[in-house]
Amino acid sequence: MSSLSLAVRDSSTMVRRNLLHARRYPSLTLNLLLTPIMLLLLFVYIFGDVMSAGIDGGGPDRSEYIAYIVPGILLMTIGGTVVGTAVSVSNDMTEGIIARFRTMAIHRGSVLVGHVVGSVLQSIISVVLVGAVAVAIGFRSTDATVLEWIAAFGLLVLFATALTWIAVGMGLVSPNAEAASNNAMPMILLPLLSSAFIPVDTMPGWFQPIAEYQPFTPAIETLRGLLLGGEIGDNGWLAVVWCLGLAGLGYLWSTSKFNRDPR
Amino acid sequence: MTDLAIAASGLRKSYGDKLVLDGVDLAVPTGSIFALLGPNGAGKTTAVKVLSTLISPDPDSGDIRVGGHDLAGDPQAVRAAIGVTGQFSAVDGLITGEENMLLMADLHHLPRREGRRTAAELLERFDLVDAAKRPAATYSGGMKRRLDLAMTLVGGPRIIFLDEPTTGLDPRSRHHTWQIVRELVSDGATVFLTTQQLEEADDLADRIAVLNAGRITAEGTAQELKRLIPGGHVRLRFTDPASYQSAAVALRDAARDDEFLALQIPSDGSQRELRSILDRLDSAGIGADELTVHTPDLDDVFFALTGDGVRHQPEEAVR
Repeated sequence: MSSLSLAVRDSSTMVRRNLLHARRYPSLTLNLLLTPIMLLLLFVYIFGDVMSAGIDGGGPDRSEYIAYIVPGILLMTIGGTVVGTAVSVSNDMTEGIIARFRTMAIHRGSVLVGHVVGSVLQSIISVVLVGAVAVAIGFRSTDATVLEWIAAFGLLVLFATALTWIAVGMGLVSPNAEAASNNAMPMILLPLLSSAFIPVDTMPGWFQPIAEYQPFTPAIETLRGLLLGGEIGDNGWLAVVWCLGLAGLGYLWSTSKFNRDPR
Repeated sequence: MTDLAIAASGLRKSYGDKLVLDGVDLAVPTGSIFALLGPNGAGKTTAVKVLSTLISPDPDSGDIRVGGHDLAGDPQAVRAAIGVTGQFSAVDGLITGEENMLLMADLHHLPRREGRRTAAELLERFDLVDAAKRPAATYSGGMKRRLDLAMTLVGGPRIIFLDEPTTGLDPRSRHHTWQIVRELVSDGATVFLTTQQLEEADDLADRIAVLNAGRITAEGTAQELKRLIPGGHVRLRFTDPASYQSAAVALRDAARDDEFLALQIPSDGSQRELRSILDRLDSAGIGADELTVHTPDLDDVFFALTGDGVRHQPEEAVR
């Protein structure tokens, strides 16, 4: 068997293993969904009038704020899902089965690829669920062509892949599940410091560059532009560069950690 | 010997400053059972980890070949030839026993039908059919071990590493495991096992190497090793000092223990030797109050090999 078909075959076996884990123990995934859904409802129904008045300088209208907040919430959902990835990778590495995999003539990377693909699929399912809640409370994608929908979906997959590779690395360097969960916290906190809830230009001046160029903001602005129209500008390529950079970095980090001798 | 399943020379492994394996040489002929015998911390598990490609040996180690393949140069070829059952269960606790077996079948690239058949056969052979649909995390320790071994056998490995395969098992499970090991070898496989029990090595292994503090201190067949052990003896105890004195005269080769009024006679514990001791006591008209047969064990091997002399330990009573 050629090394490529070996890699594909073993990786798909490992993906099936991870999906089996996720299907049998859905509580972790579902718990992680609660945060974005609660934030969505909180910001729309409790803060919505104030936020929309503050953002547009117009009247209080929470239905307008729904449109503003949903792209950020969708990306935050991905951030939350990958916290689960870091935890499950860290748990998995303490299992004897990983030692067994290392002594088998399988494609080395397949163990990690299984986690990544499984986690990206979970992210997409989570985004669909949170998106459904958003639509149920009144979110509508205005002004998006089929091509823009495809681009939006592609962006979500790319973003999920990037964060997942980083989360896998975090899981590998964490000695236990608690540490993994703590190490992955920035994945949930970063959206709060982005343009997810309020525009960057309403933030303190010294903080604006940080908020503007951290990975979440360009991705949020791009998604906003794709789903709701409006200017994407530099954010499009910034988002893609961030994603490719993080994915590459996470991949190199994770594989080098995984290929080291276990203790 | 040209047909070696495992050949290692000068195998060294250290963690930081701590040298765990200090130049271990191994030669395991194909189709044999080889036992690495040693106490906790001797380096047995580390040796298995290195030979099964889980961890790499120190760079200053000599040539190591497993299944004819260079360990450092072609680890994937080594992995294709081996199966490993570690000291701690290498099963996926979140999925069922059957799913664990099918996972192994998929990773060995067996066709679907053959994979299902192999999984079903092995579950049957290891008495796991009733538990096959339950998550492995709910299994008892013995069941996890059986599943672990069953998973190791899915790909039909030619060289099988068993790291303390019977530690913590009840006697019935232990004998079942020994039976499986014998069957594997009769099918042509080579088995490399580690154990703390001389009895296990004695019962199973064609050759035994004693590992102590990272070095092989003795190697040979069970018979050869036993000759190194001076620990086998018969112990006679008396309550009456006069009987003790007369017995000490009658049994000239006995070592005296005046404090406990006890005599130790070197013996392999066979019926013939016991009878000769008893005959000599009878002809002198002396009755011992207690007779115990001391069977050599691993500790004796170590005391013999490290030259620490006599020691106290529980003895097996004979009535």
